[in-house]
Amino acid sequence: MTAFELGPVALSLKLAAVTVIVLLVLATPLAWWLAFTRSRSRTIVEAIVALPLVLPPTVLGFYLLVLLGPAGAIGRLWVQLTDHTLTFSFAGLVVASVIYSFPFTVQPLQAAFESVGRAPLEAAATLGAAPLDAFLRVASPLALRGYVSAVVLSFAHTLGEFGVVLMVGGNIPDRTKVISIAVYEHVETLEYAQAHMLAAGLLAFSFVVLLSVYALNRRMPLVKT
Amino acid sequence: MSTLELDVSLERPGFTLAVRHTQPLEGITALFGPSGSGKTTLLRVLAGLERARGRVTFDGNLWQDDRHWVPAHRRGIGYVFQDGRLFPHLTVRDNLVFAAQRAAQRAPARTIRLDAAVAALDLAALLARRPGSLSGGEQQRVAIARALLTTPRLLLMDEPLSSLDVGRKREILPLIEELPRTFGVPVLYVTHNVDEVARLASRALLLAAGRIAAHGTVTEVFERLDLESYTGGLEAGAVLRARVVEQRDGLATLAVGAQRLRVPMGDAPPGALRPLRIHARDVAIATERPRQLSIRNVLTATILRIDGAASGNVDLLLDVDGEHLRSRITRDACDELGLETGQNVFALIKSVALESTLLG
Repeated sequence: MTAFELGPVALSLKLAAVTVIVLLVLATPLAWWLAFTRSRSRTIVEAIVALPLVLPPTVLGFYLLVLLGPAGAIGRLWVQLTDHTLTFSFAGLVVASVIYSFPFTVQPLQAAFESVGRAPLEAAATLGAAPLDAFLRVASPLALRGYVSAVVLSFAHTLGEFGVVLMVGGNIPDRTKVISIAVYEHVETLEYAQAHMLAAGLLAFSFVVLLSVYALNRRMPLVKT
Repeated sequence: MSTLELDVSLERPGFTLAVRHTQPLEGITALFGPSGSGKTTLLRVLAGLERARGRVTFDGNLWQDDRHWVPAHRRGIGYVFQDGRLFPHLTVRDNLVFAAQRAAQRAPARTIRLDAAVAALDLAALLARRPGSLSGGEQQRVAIARALLTTPRLLLMDEPLSSLDVGRKREILPLIEELPRTFGVPVLYVTHNVDEVARLASRALLLAAGRIAAHGTVTEVFERLDLESYTGGLEAGAVLRARVVEQRDGLATLAVGAQRLRVPMGDAPPGALRPLRIHARDVAIATERPRQLSIRNVLTATILRIDGAASGNVDLLLDVDGEHLRSRITRDACDELGLETGQNVFALIKSVALESTLLG
């Protein structure tokens, strides 16, 4: 038996946590817009948001590599600003993960905002609440279930990604070597015991998280109506 | 007295709202008309929940014109929605506090106190409950209190009783009736129910197909003989302003001028005003005081006007000690009795008609 590898586990959790935080900040306004706009461009935006659901991770990873690499538009800017390359770095992984998990945050939030609807927001406005106030005190609490779904799904999806990470981040210990990459490497080198330890750990973790979310949802509805 | 000046228009598929009107607001003003006439749309335009073209000012404050737009949360209005729209994640108390806190930030000097609103709408027992556990009537009482706690300069109410049964309506109507006096706020009250107009309002605006078809005091609007053609199924009837003299055994004695009516009525404190809306077809005419008749309510009246009506009928406008009443009889009967303007007659009102039109 070999010692448990903490590196890839810690890196995966850190990546998932940072990704989820960035996603919530970016996806909330977009989900809000998609839920309430009457604009015709809504359909196009919805299709773009859903793209990562259907694209092979290698296709997404390839374009991200082109875009984020030192010769790419974003990558060049990043090098000018930070003196580091975005590809094969933790920051690059965050960018890739955010894009890869985007629909898993936007879609539950959009559905939640749509089910909250305009009615409570209109009521809040007539009670003197400015739009941000109404969002924070009325829409967000009413959409709490959507937020829980979004956080859990995005976190789990980020933990489970492989192809995009491999293409954009490679396999650099403590920088880009997350659990899924470590498992792949162990299998390639026929270290099945180490592979098992990580794989089973991820399996158990994912199952427990999903189980507790579903159980919590069933036993304690977040909003009684 | 507040003044609302409107010059707005709004296009929707198959519907146009076009209102140009200056309305004094004091006490309760009814905005009524048949379904689909644009009442709720107009109320939403006033609240800033709907964007129409044109200009709206209230007491000299510009709410909107071509270049300015005051959003709903800065208009200082209270709005009671048809469906209450209480926040389900907050208790009744927190729903009320939500409104009170924001009113205190906006105008700390003149806020309506939480306990005053709780007392006026009898909510003390409900404060810890969640909206989901309240009955429809309780929800509307909370919604009214919550709107009041914004300390509005104008309270807009959109059919607040339409989802309630008659029993619940009877409980809430007297509470609504008291609001303008207790809290000094004018109310604009949307309804399609003519009896609610008669019971609550002092002034009325009739909206038909997106336009104002009639306006004035409730008495003036209701005695308009041409109203039916505007409102389709909505039958016009005159309003008798009656005051309760005494009430015993489920029967109330009401005074109309110097004359008396006996009407079945449950809750009728002496001195209270109980406007009666009486359909023209429920009023018969006699030229002598009738004897041996089951109808108990006979008023002496003077014929003010005789108008032709559809299918062999005539409409009479009657004066009863300064109050107005309408009667619809056949042209034959009119000719046989030899009725003419200025003549003194007896108006016979079926008690059943009174009972069925009363909400109080």
